[in-house]
Amino acid sequence: MSALLEVDGLSKRYRRGDRDFAALDGVSFSIAAGETLALVGPSGSGKSTVARILLRLVEPDAGSVRFAGEDLLVLRGAALRAVRPKLQMVFQDPLAAFNPRATVARLLDDPLRIHGIADRATRPKAIAALLERVGLSAELASRRVHEISGGQRQRVAIARAIATRPRLIVLDEAVASLDVLVRGDILRLLGELQAEEGIAYLFISHDLGAVRAIAHRIAIMDGGRIVEQGEAKAVIAAPASATGRALVAATPELPTIKETVS
Amino acid sequence: MSPLLSLRGLGVRYSGATAAALEGVDLDLAPGERLAVIGESGSGKSTLARAIAGLLPQTATLEGTIAWPGLDHPARNGRDIGFVFQDPGSSLDPVMSVGKQVAEVAHANLDMDWRAAMRLAVELLDRVRLPEPSVLAHAYPHQLSGGQKQRVAIAAAIAARPRLLIADEATSALDTIVQAEIVALIRELVAEDGMALIFVSHDIALAASFAERIAVFRHGRMVELAPTVELVAQPRSDYSRALLAAHLGLEAHSGAGI
Repeated sequence: MSALLEVDGLSKRYRRGDRDFAALDGVSFSIAAGETLALVGPSGSGKSTVARILLRLVEPDAGSVRFAGEDLLVLRGAALRAVRPKLQMVFQDPLAAFNPRATVARLLDDPLRIHGIADRATRPKAIAALLERVGLSAELASRRVHEISGGQRQRVAIARAIATRPRLIVLDEAVASLDVLVRGDILRLLGELQAEEGIAYLFISHDLGAVRAIAHRIAIMDGGRIVEQGEAKAVIAAPASATGRALVAATPELPTIKETVS
Repeated sequence: MSPLLSLRGLGVRYSGATAAALEGVDLDLAPGERLAVIGESGSGKSTLARAIAGLLPQTATLEGTIAWPGLDHPARNGRDIGFVFQDPGSSLDPVMSVGKQVAEVAHANLDMDWRAAMRLAVELLDRVRLPEPSVLAHAYPHQLSGGQKQRVAIAAAIAARPRLLIADEATSALDTIVQAEIVALIRELVAEDGMALIFVSHDIALAASFAERIAVFRHGRMVELAPTVELVAQPRSDYSRALLAAHLGLEAHSGAGI
């Protein structure tokens, strides 16, 4: 089976002041339909540049991206718009970019209208169904973005992302600013949606605990390169790269009962 | 030994808010003790930290007492208390060199002339392990990484040799590797200077890695206060149990609920 997403040899250089540095240096990975790949690494390792390239916000200097059989980086105009619904994105606090006085219904109405998924008459019903899909009450539709909690906002962002029936969602630090109890709920929701609808995720994070809970495979980045790639639990149990070892060592663990706090 | 800090019935209400941000907190902190304050957003943990440091907005109403039996004068933020915020980008002055910002704390609180304060600032930048401290002292915050800025903020917080260091989510905005380095640094500085530490965090595993006691907050109340090992092994409140269960660790048994 061919992969849903195939990223091959992505490179990107930036100029900072008078020097030139590689944000990405030959990054290659693939994601199968219904699979979660975690992209993990320290700040500045290049994770977010990968996400920006997939969203076509940044053009790479070299490399290619095939998504659902199309050469994503050469698509323009109508062809690009046709692919967009299939590739969605959820950020750390995605609704922060929206008018805080907009209602939840309005946020969910946009993708349904723009991509012609539901007509005017059926949209209220489609919105209610989306809210229920992400574990929210349909009554939330009339609330304003600033009136709902962080966890509810992230559910609305996920509802917005799945409205267009995507094949892949890029989750860029999507659970990083959530309270721990809410983080668990959102990870469970993402797992359910994947099981039921076969959505693939690119899970960008520096939280190895969350990665271990949700990802099938992991790619560890440092200095714009992928330094290690493999099955998530196996890599976390025995990382081969120095960066992988440093990330594992830096992740806080609860002391076991026999351990004493010195 | 008498406590450094003693809170009795501490409550805080922000103007216009319907519920109290903090209610009925009784807590003693021993000199040199490392206490972690754990909770989710809205738990009151940051309000507690700010109330202790006298950093609440003037419109907030305080109830109960904040006493300093371990000091012979009222505690002052900057001199007796060092405070490190979550976002060093906004706690540091963007148009002042980092050396001068550290020196200013010593100049203002230790009655030190500027030359001596600048010399001390360079020593402190070295102590928080910034590279080439005498050169870096002339740099501005935007020229530093997030982790380096937090090191500068820590240098400023300890400049007047406070008895208490308060770190309010001081590592939450940093990546995992830098977070571990900053925690190790704080731990080392606290031990060397004999400072007490209040480490405010949402991450119970991080807190448990070095705190002697943990206080768990929820909805403005302290729901549990216990030695770390006891709280982790035998939490008494359902809420502490839920927080511990939500920790996603790297061991084979963890994350089973997801």
